[in-house]
Amino acid sequence: MHPAPSVIFFSTFSGLGFGLLIFLGLGMPATTGWSAFAFFTIAYLLAVGGLISSTFHLGHPERALKAFTQWRTSWLSREAWCAVAALTLMAIYGAGLVFFEQRWVFLGWLGAIASLGTVFTTSMIYGQLKTVPRWNSLLTPANFISLCIAGGALLSGQTTWAVILLALAGAIQVFTWMHGDSALANSGTDMATATGLGSIGTVRAFEPPHTGTNYLLREFVYVIGRKHAQKLRIIAIGLMTILPLILLLLPFNHWIALIAVAAHVGGVLAARWLFFAQAEHVVGLYYGKR
Amino acid sequence: MTQLPTSTEKKLGLVIDLDTCVGCHACVISCKGWNTENYGAPLSDQDPYGADPSGTFLNRVHSYEVQPSQGDAQLIHFPKSCLHCDDAPCVTVCPTGASYKRVEDGIVLVNESDCIGCGLCAWACPYGAREMDAAAGVMKKCTLCVDRIYNENLPEVDRTPSCVRTCPANARHFGDLGDPNSDVSKLVAERGGIDLMPEQGTKPVNKYLPPRPKDQLARQDEQLDILAPFLEPVATESKGFLSWLDKTLEKI
Repeated sequence: MHPAPSVIFFSTFSGLGFGLLIFLGLGMPATTGWSAFAFFTIAYLLAVGGLISSTFHLGHPERALKAFTQWRTSWLSREAWCAVAALTLMAIYGAGLVFFEQRWVFLGWLGAIASLGTVFTTSMIYGQLKTVPRWNSLLTPANFISLCIAGGALLSGQTTWAVILLALAGAIQVFTWMHGDSALANSGTDMATATGLGSIGTVRAFEPPHTGTNYLLREFVYVIGRKHAQKLRIIAIGLMTILPLILLLLPFNHWIALIAVAAHVGGVLAARWLFFAQAEHVVGLYYGKR
Repeated sequence: MTQLPTSTEKKLGLVIDLDTCVGCHACVISCKGWNTENYGAPLSDQDPYGADPSGTFLNRVHSYEVQPSQGDAQLIHFPKSCLHCDDAPCVTVCPTGASYKRVEDGIVLVNESDCIGCGLCAWACPYGAREMDAAAGVMKKCTLCVDRIYNENLPEVDRTPSCVRTCPANARHFGDLGDPNSDVSKLVAERGGIDLMPEQGTKPVNKYLPPRPKDQLARQDEQLDILAPFLEPVATESKGFLSWLDKTLEKI
């Protein structure tokens, strides 16, 4: 799959933003006033900035409001509803904390659930796709949600939670990679079923339908960078989990915390790039490609 | 509405005969022509005469080599367009309701004025039947020439999809696959028509007729060409001037 920068930035930063909102909704840290204002500003910049960047890959962003209509069947539409619900609930909850020194606990819980729901619905946009066997697994939502709450714990300064959740997210990430590497082969879809010619013999793509490239090859048969995948995985897991874990176990210091956050974000960006670049869409089989 | 209908009155679709297709790509060109000049955004090309041409097509013809465990390989031309699936995954993922499956005839269409160009429907399609038009920013797909098949301004013979009307080998057939007595349904039953990627659970309406086994004449021991025995060389030893020349040249 083509790793569109807008979608990589969207899913990484909005995941972090909603992760921070989850912890703020649960009252961790239990700040009010200006301190709460700073936390909420960071969370909203990440979450809303990510959502805005996701509209950059649309052909007609001016019609984006129509995406609220099909929540009955479409995970993308459900994501739109969850995001609006989360941002609205948390705005009211945040206003209470910042301006009235009031913690409306129930509202915070609702906002946290909606924030978690947003990341879950985002992950299901990918997880639902049978056409991309690497994504079509419960590990996709597990991967997205574990990274979201680990990032949230890190950003909200919950050191103990961050250590536990970063380790968990790292383990799920490694497991997701291991499972994903055999997903296409185990999916039962291959050139034989794609062409229906498997009953005759071994199928080989002889001549493609077009001499140039096209939308399908650009969007679904992205193979650049796959040869560096192993190295990138090591870099991703090192930055995303291992380095922040080491830094968190050191005596606390704001600079160290900042480096831990920066490393984590860099690692998640690398992992998210791999998430797209390594994903094989079955349409590639028609071209004899993966 | 992107909820799929529980059933459709008709199942209009194509039957593609892989035994007959000669791979001429006439269907590709006629499809591009009709669907550029008629309903919806035109099928644009980018850099068509330059170094890196690409463009939107709703129908493309692949060619495959199939090597049986014994015998000669077969070359099979393989046209591919939207299969108008009963359980179309492209429809349910659409966030805006732009993609829909018609109750009256089962055709899967895109309402281009509602499409936000997110591309998720193309991600959900295992067959690569949907292509985002780079100029219009909306998703394009086969309409089964919905603007031809019901078009009373056209002569009756032309009220079939453009690809079917054009095919010089008669490898493409159009009809109601929901009616077991239709010509296309009979053809599918007779020739053992198959679904592409049945494991994806899309329940495609379009069917493919598998290529029939190749003739095995070349493998038979009997003489193929009955005239050949009469054409055996009569003179095995050369004589006359040419023979003298041959021998003389050998000696030099």
